[in-house]
Amino acid sequence: MTERSNSLSEWLEARLPVITAFRREYVNFAMPRNLNYLWNFGAFATIALGLLILSGIFLALNYTPTVTEAFASIEMIDRQVSSGWLVRAIHMGGVSMLFVSLYVHIGRGLYYGSYKAPRELLWLTGLGLLLLVMTTAFAGYILPWGQMSYWGATVVINALNALPVIGKPLAAWLLGGEGLGNTALHRIYVLHFVTAFSIIGFVVLHVAALHVAGSNNPTGIEPAKTDDTVPFHPYYTTKDGLGLCLFLMVYAGLIFFAPDILTLADNYAQANPLVTPRDITPEWYFAPFYAILRAIPSKVGGLLLAAGSLGVLFAVPWLDASPVRSARYRPILRIALPILFLAFIALGAAGMHPPTGFWLWISRIAVAYWYLYFLVLLPYLPLVEISKSPPSSLQEPRG
Amino acid sequence: MKRFFIATLLLAGGSVHASTPEQRGFQVFRQICSSCHSLNYVTYSDLTGLGISVPDIKSYASQHQVPDGLDEDGDPKTRPAHPSDHIGSPYPSESMARMANHGGLPPDFSRLALTQEGGSQRIIHILESYTSAPAGATLPPGAFYNTAMPHLHIAMPQPLHDGQVKYTDGTTATIPQMANDVTAFINWTARPHLQARHRTGIFVLAYLAGLAALLGILKHRVWKRLKTLE
Repeated sequence: MTERSNSLSEWLEARLPVITAFRREYVNFAMPRNLNYLWNFGAFATIALGLLILSGIFLALNYTPTVTEAFASIEMIDRQVSSGWLVRAIHMGGVSMLFVSLYVHIGRGLYYGSYKAPRELLWLTGLGLLLLVMTTAFAGYILPWGQMSYWGATVVINALNALPVIGKPLAAWLLGGEGLGNTALHRIYVLHFVTAFSIIGFVVLHVAALHVAGSNNPTGIEPAKTDDTVPFHPYYTTKDGLGLCLFLMVYAGLIFFAPDILTLADNYAQANPLVTPRDITPEWYFAPFYAILRAIPSKVGGLLLAAGSLGVLFAVPWLDASPVRSARYRPILRIALPILFLAFIALGAAGMHPPTGFWLWISRIAVAYWYLYFLVLLPYLPLVEISKSPPSSLQEPRG
Repeated sequence: MKRFFIATLLLAGGSVHASTPEQRGFQVFRQICSSCHSLNYVTYSDLTGLGISVPDIKSYASQHQVPDGLDEDGDPKTRPAHPSDHIGSPYPSESMARMANHGGLPPDFSRLALTQEGGSQRIIHILESYTSAPAGATLPPGAFYNTAMPHLHIAMPQPLHDGQVKYTDGTTATIPQMANDVTAFINWTARPHLQARHRTGIFVLAYLAGLAALLGILKHRVWKRLKTLE
C-alpha cells in the first residue's frame, strides 16, 4: 500500500505530466539574469487580469442588463450589496492598472526589440491580447448605462457606421437593429463576457510562445553560457513578488483613496438619449486613439488612421530592418523611441480635451510622428544609423 | 468580556445625542428638502451607515406610502414603506414633479455631490446666496433671485430659513449651519462607504508594505547568492 501512495505522483506523471511540466516551465525555467524591473509588467498585467475576472464574476451576480434596470443595479451594488463597493472598485481600478501594465509592457518590448526574430509570434499574440482587452473594456464601460457609457458607445457606433461596406452591417449586428437599446445592451453584456474569457485563452498562447523563445533581456543578446541564466524560482519569483507588492500598493491607493479619478462624474447620471453631455470624454486608456479619431476632419479617415495606428504595431517585426535588438546600442533610435512614447502621452492628453486649436495641432503632430516612426524610421534608419556593437555577453556591465 | 460589551453599549448610547453633521443634514433633508427632492437609489436601511438607529429608520419608513400592486378590483394599492425600500421621490412621476415646479425637475440627491459641477462647495454656495432681488431686476416666472447662479436666478425657492429646523442635539439652525449640514449629508449619499473605504485602505496598504519589506529582504538574500558564487 505504501508503495502505491508514494507513487501517486508517478501515477499522475505517467498519465498527465503536469508536475514535471510545472517544474520545467516555472521552477527550473532558465531566465536571463540581467532583467530589469520593466520585465515585471507582464506579471502585473496577469494579476490585474485575474482580479478583473474574479471581481467581474461577482459583479455579474448582481447586474441586470436592461435599459431600465442597469443603472439602478450598479447603484445597488455600490450601496446595498455587502462589500459591493469594494468589488466594483477592484473592477474599475483593475482596468486602469491593466492598461498601464500593458502599455508599459509594450513600450518595453519596443525599446529592447523583444519583437524581433524569433519572438514575432510572441509580439503578435500580445497585440491580439491588447485588441481583446480594448474590446472588453469598451463593452464593459457601456454596462453601467451612465451618460458617458451611452454617449461613448454612440461615438464608437457612429464611427463604425462610417466604415465602407462592412460598417453598417457590423453596427447593426452589434445593436440588433433598434439603436442603442435593450437588445444592444444585452449583446454588449455578452460581448464583455465572451471577450473577457477569450483573453485567458490568448494569455495561454502568449505565455506558451514566451516559453519557446525564452525572455529577451536589456542587452538583446541571447544567453550563451549557462551562468548567463538563473532558474525562474527563486530568482524571479522573489523579484516579481516584490514588484507585485509595490504594484498592488499603487492599485490599493487608487481604489481606497482616489476612487473619484477612476470614473468620470458624468457616468453617475443615468443615460439620457435626449441630453448630450457638453464634452464626450473617453476613459484615459482610450484617449490616445480618440485623439487620432478626431485629428482629421473626416470620419472614415479618422477611423482608418486610428485603426492603422494599431495596425502598424502588428507589422513592427517586419518593418524594423536593423539586426540590433536593444535600443541601447542604437544611438538615434534611443532618442526617436522615447519621442514616440511622448507622442502617445500627448495624444492621450489631447483626447481628453476638445479638438480645437492647440490640442488639435498637438494630436496632428503626434499622429504624424507615430506614422513617421513606424513607416519611415524603423525601416530606413538602419541605412544611416551607426549602431554601437553590442557586448559579447549579456553579463558585461553597461558601457 | 461582558463588562466590555456593556461599556461599549453605554458609550454608544451616550453618543446618540451628539449628532454628526451628516445626521443633522439628514434632519434637514427629512424636514425640508425631501418635500421636493428625491433619493432614488438610497434605501431607508442605508441610513444605518449614518448611525441612525433601526427603530428610527423603521418609523421614518412607515410614514411613507409606496405602490403595492393592484387590489382585487384592479385599483392600485399602497403600503407603508419597509426599511428595504428606496427613499425615492415625493412625486409619483417625473412629469408630476415638473408640473409642481414650473417645469423644472428637482435633481435627485443620490449622486448630486459628484454630478453637480463644483461639487459640494457649490451646493453650499447656492444655498447661502439667496437675497431679495434689487429694484428693477426682472425675474422669469417661477424663478428666484440667487447671486450664485450665472443668470442670477434659480428655479428653487429659498429652501433654508434661520431656525427652520429644531436640531435634536440643540445646535442653532442658522442658514450656514443647515447648508453645511445638508451638504455633509449629500456628500455621504454620493460616497456612502467612504469611511469604510479609507479604513480598509489603511489596513491593506499597511499589510502590503509589510509584505513588500519582507519580500525585499528575501529578494536581496536570494540574489546575493549569485554574487558570492562568482
